[in-house]
Amino acid sequence: MDLKKEKITIVIAGLIIGVIAAALVFFGNPVNMGFCIACFLRDTAGALGLHRAGAVQYIRPEIIGLVLGSFAMALAKKEFSARGGSAPLTRFVLGFFVMIGCLMFLGCPFRMILRLAGGDLNALLGLAGFVAGILVGVVFLNRGYSLGRTFKQPVLEGAAFPAVQVVMLVLLVAAPAFIFFSEAGAGPGALHAPILISLIAGLVVGALAQRTRLCMVGGIRDMALFRESKLLLGFVAIFASALVCNLILSAVTGEAYFNLGFEGQPVAHTDGVWNFLGMLLAGFGCVLLGGCPLRQLVLAGEGNSDSAVAVLGLIAGAAFAHNFGLASSGTGSTPAGQLAVIIGIVVVAVIACVNTFRKNA
Amino acid sequence: MVIVDARGLSCPEPVVMTRKAMMDKQAKYQVLVDNLASKENVTRYAQHQGYTVQVEETGGEYTLTLTRA
Repeated sequence: MDLKKEKITIVIAGLIIGVIAAALVFFGNPVNMGFCIACFLRDTAGALGLHRAGAVQYIRPEIIGLVLGSFAMALAKKEFSARGGSAPLTRFVLGFFVMIGCLMFLGCPFRMILRLAGGDLNALLGLAGFVAGILVGVVFLNRGYSLGRTFKQPVLEGAAFPAVQVVMLVLLVAAPAFIFFSEAGAGPGALHAPILISLIAGLVVGALAQRTRLCMVGGIRDMALFRESKLLLGFVAIFASALVCNLILSAVTGEAYFNLGFEGQPVAHTDGVWNFLGMLLAGFGCVLLGGCPLRQLVLAGEGNSDSAVAVLGLIAGAAFAHNFGLASSGTGSTPAGQLAVIIGIVVVAVIACVNTFRKNA
Repeated sequence: MVIVDARGLSCPEPVVMTRKAMMDKQAKYQVLVDNLASKENVTRYAQHQGYTVQVEETGGEYTLTLTRA
């Protein structure tokens, strides 16, 4: 595929994804949360009882769909390949702290775009922190940062994570008593589109993201590294499309899909410094992981077990965040969360240094 | 000819390595990668730098021959 065609494809994919994200809110997801990989993994962790925050417990079908959509597309294009073995525990730790950063801000990079498209100006500070974190990561990449090579693995190693998603779907539909579901009115976990719509949305976005290599971190990273705009175009297309859809939905339904300002934003707080630092941690950690949380899910669907481990790190981070009061809420950040973000930045910086300046290893 | 072995590495590392190797501006390079995304990214970068790219695939591994146009 030549470059022009690649760029057109990713813009079209971005436009479709923006529409789907806005539509998911129309069908019941929390406002500005058509997609949020961090929030959805957090909700899923809660549904499994890994944390007991009653407001955020639901097995999100979008996550299942994203992994299986990528899996199906990779199979169809003969790109499925079981790989792994590139510093899995380091990736787990990076995933863990990326989640701590995301839950400080209240959203992954994907939701950051959707929050901007919903007029939430707090996300501008998140975006500034995100860019800063990516630029710090790029400094290390330019100096030779690497987590080492992956190796071919048995098929089961690559297929296990997609298989787990099928189990999750069964648990969601069967809803046995040991799975937790937020009660109506309890919070964001109780707000969701119908299962089938969420699942299909995830499948479509997962397949599109697999084809286009869409990555929220990759866009800014590649621009900084190589002046390469392809991935950034996808990022911008999602923003533009979701913004237009939000404006249309606001006009048609009379409800607030778009609300410009800092105050009173849905599932967000106005603590600017910590919005900045949370996303700085997320951006920095994601560059070291090689992609944003969405990209990790997509890669896990393609058979990359390192990315699957990174997702497990994200889930563990979410569970810790809610078990130990690290996650922010609409009222703001917590002192424990602030400390966790600082620790996270230090840990991620140490990981970056060790894997950049240990050459000849 | 300079050979860049980026097998087992994922984006953006193969491109970073290719760029570093290209600093001495030789006429021809060979880059080894083993996933499609890396193949696409290295190809795109090399073309940006004014190189033509020939791709050979063997058993899921790609040998990219970059020649200055």
